[in-house]
Amino acid sequence: MHHEIEVSGLSFAYPDGHVALRNVSLHITPCEKVALVGPNGAGKSTLILHLNGILNGGSGTVSVCGLEVKKENLARVRAMVGLVFQSPDDQLFSPTVYDDVAYGPIYQGLSAAEVDGRVREALQAVRMSNYARRVSHHLSMGEKKRIAIATVLSMKPEILVLDEPTAGLDPRARRDLIKLLDDLPITMLVSTHDLRMVQELFPRMVIMDEGRIVADGETAVLLKDQALLEAHGLELP
Amino acid sequence: MHIHFLDPFIAGQSAIHRLDPRVKFVLAVAFILTAALTPSGAWPVYVLLFALAMGVIVLSELGVGFVFRRAVLALPFVLAALPVIFTLPGVPLFSLSLGSWGLTATADGVERFVSIALKSWISVQIAIVLSSSTPFPELMVAMRAARVPRLLVSIFGLMWRYLFVLADEAMRLLRARSARSGATGLPGMKVGGSISWRGRVAGGMAGNLFLRAIERSDRIYVAMLSRGYDGEVRDLPLPPLRALHWLVLICGVALLGMLAIFGFLFYG
Amino acid sequence: MLYAPLPMHIPDGFLSVLVSLVLWAATILVVGYSLRRVGQDLGERQAPLMGVLAAAIFAGQMLNFTVAGGTSGHLMGAAIATILLGPWAAILVLTTVVGVQALVFQDGGLLVLGANIFNMGIVGVAVSYFVYRTFQRLANGKPWGIFVGGFIAAWASIFIAALAVALQLAFSGTSPANIALPAMGGIHALIGLGEGLITVGALAFLYATRRDLVTAGEGQVKASSAVWVAGLLIALALAIASPLASAHPDGLEWVAEQRGFLDAAREPLYNVIPDYVLPGIANESLATILAGILGALIVFFIALGVAYTRRKRGTAS
Ligand SMILES: Nc1ncnc2c1ncn2[C@@H]1O[C@H](COP(=O)(O)OP(=O)(O)OP(=O)(O)O)[C@@H](O)[C@H]1O
Ligand SMILES: [Mg+2]
Repeated sequence: MHHEIEVSGLSFAYPDGHVALRNVSLHITPCEKVALVGPNGAGKSTLILHLNGILNGGSGTVSVCGLEVKKENLARVRAMVGLVFQSPDDQLFSPTVYDDVAYGPIYQGLSAAEVDGRVREALQAVRMSNYARRVSHHLSMGEKKRIAIATVLSMKPEILVLDEPTAGLDPRARRDLIKLLDDLPITMLVSTHDLRMVQELFPRMVIMDEGRIVADGETAVLLKDQALLEAHGLELP
Repeated sequence: MHIHFLDPFIAGQSAIHRLDPRVKFVLAVAFILTAALTPSGAWPVYVLLFALAMGVIVLSELGVGFVFRRAVLALPFVLAALPVIFTLPGVPLFSLSLGSWGLTATADGVERFVSIALKSWISVQIAIVLSSSTPFPELMVAMRAARVPRLLVSIFGLMWRYLFVLADEAMRLLRARSARSGATGLPGMKVGGSISWRGRVAGGMAGNLFLRAIERSDRIYVAMLSRGYDGEVRDLPLPPLRALHWLVLICGVALLGMLAIFGFLFYG
Repeated sequence: MLYAPLPMHIPDGFLSVLVSLVLWAATILVVGYSLRRVGQDLGERQAPLMGVLAAAIFAGQMLNFTVAGGTSGHLMGAAIATILLGPWAAILVLTTVVGVQALVFQDGGLLVLGANIFNMGIVGVAVSYFVYRTFQRLANGKPWGIFVGGFIAAWASIFIAALAVALQLAFSGTSPANIALPAMGGIHALIGLGEGLITVGALAFLYATRRDLVTAGEGQVKASSAVWVAGLLIALALAIASPLASAHPDGLEWVAEQRGFLDAAREPLYNVIPDYVLPGIANESLATILAGILGALIVFFIALGVAYTRRKRGTAS
């Protein structure tokens, strides 16, 4: 069973007691592309951080690619799930773009030549090949976002999880990104406020609010349900 | 991830919480000084100091268990004093033989060791009560009252203000690193890279943090300038100490002084 | 709590009062002088930069990396602060970091805070400055001076500061010098490597992103003569004290002297206090038991009082 995400009965409270997830269950089949939408504070990022074990300790189970996300499996899980954070400043911690994209492959123990190949490929995929030697810290928001995606593509993940990838992008960068995601043939879960992108790219959509999944179904159907959208603070494009 | 749980201050309404921070600060330091002055083996004094600390903990309503658990923090350092058990000359107590060479513990050595550990433990309890019952801005009031130069106090203040912001950023960097620290599980691959590479990655993250800090400090400076900062730190004068707090201060210092003299006279 | 400190913060109880006070005096002198120097050099920019960098160093101490067998490398930060800010501002930054660690997080005691600032702030910074400057001169502006110098400065700052801690423990009679010196030195010779790696990593990052920050320290060499003198004094003190302390394994001589001194001081006090004030206290175990009972009573009545006021508060609101 590959490329699959299975979340069942997941509840989670932050250390300060704030309950961010309540009994969330979600199944995503291989190569499916699913959008996760909902108002600010709905718990989208919290759910996403559970998918590779950055957050844990609640009740319920999460498994990816048939592997339960727990301490013994964390290293394997993290190699399979490519997680791109909401803010690229959190994602990029190395001096140069190259170093950052190379981190995952080096950590996995690939040889120098393989690492180099992976970095090239990943940068190519996000059309940032000539940025390898640039310093990530001083790039623009859109450039940083793309590099952030490259940092996980270089790990050749089986599942890609993105937290608000289009926020802060100009129309062209956004268009490029949508095309990029469309071309990638892997399982994908994307949290976003960009319903137009959802409409274009994702056949299935999951709506969260106040830590619960309130709707899960075909995008075309859900987007027609005016009452549902309004109830959860969503606006049709 | 927010890490305000890093701030040890716990809001409360207890007598200790309401005591003037200057008085608290002086009494805490006086207590620790008394413990430090108490000669080793002066058990009655240690017992009384411990009772005093317990009394303060109870008064502070922080919970005895909470303070004890936190006080364990200082324990590892006790290792540094362990050798003294065996090296101090005195009445031999017991011997350990480790292979070819043996160690002989002496009564004096054990007494010194236990005294050091006790002093340390009691002192830490008081320090915990101080920091858990006094918000940092009030500690800064105590610093000012102790004539710590203004510039230094204002550095402390700025540090405190940005500590949580930067600790937050450090946590997010750690999170990003662990998100990409994966192993494919394929045989024959050495996961994790070399130690020196890992060290340099951690260093890069630190450099990243410093750079953000420096660039942020530029913005803070501009923001301060735009509100009329001219390099001179000004603050309001401290309010006078209330009579009741004076009384607590004097009684506390007198009591601790008596304990110190007592230990010094009969056990020194 | 997330951050794990170096085993270098001395808690209260481990240094004798005399050693603590002497180091407080030294620390106050040096920090006071640094405040004046920083006031002249950096001007009004000083406060925000130093405050935020202190926060960054504190937070940076959370950025560890695994070494082997569950141990990890950490940052103390004296070297990187010295390289970025020059010695005087670095002393203030480290003073702030160590001060907050003691005041708020009980990493290191309050009475021994002077000693901790002295070891990590003053010794750490002075050593870093010396080593780094020396390599800068040797490298004559080439970048290797920054990295090699940074690594060795970071390593040495940890190592020498650890020796200072060991000496202070020995002089306090807490730990025999012939054990404390090799043990602290040995452990921190290893820990220093971690500090070196992280420092080099941070320098590499800053060199790539903002070269001006790493090379800015060069403009601040004006400070040199006073620092050289301070550094020389520290080196001299270490050179003299180490063999001295090693020759008297448990610092006993020193403690004994203090005791003799105390005995002399006690005589007149005994004469003042009449014999009948505290009869029966001569029996030690009895005294301890009495103290225990008295203590238990005190705690009991305080607890009673607290419970009472709590109830009253509860019904009032
Ligand atoms: N570290 C934390 N500690 C306490 N509460 C938190 C923490 N992080 C998030 N929360 C809370 O958990 C809830 C869910 O947050 P989350 O970040 O998952 O929302 P989100 O759906 O991603 O929102 P957004 O669209 O704004 O990104 C929010 O109410 C938030 O305030
Ligand atoms: Mg979010």
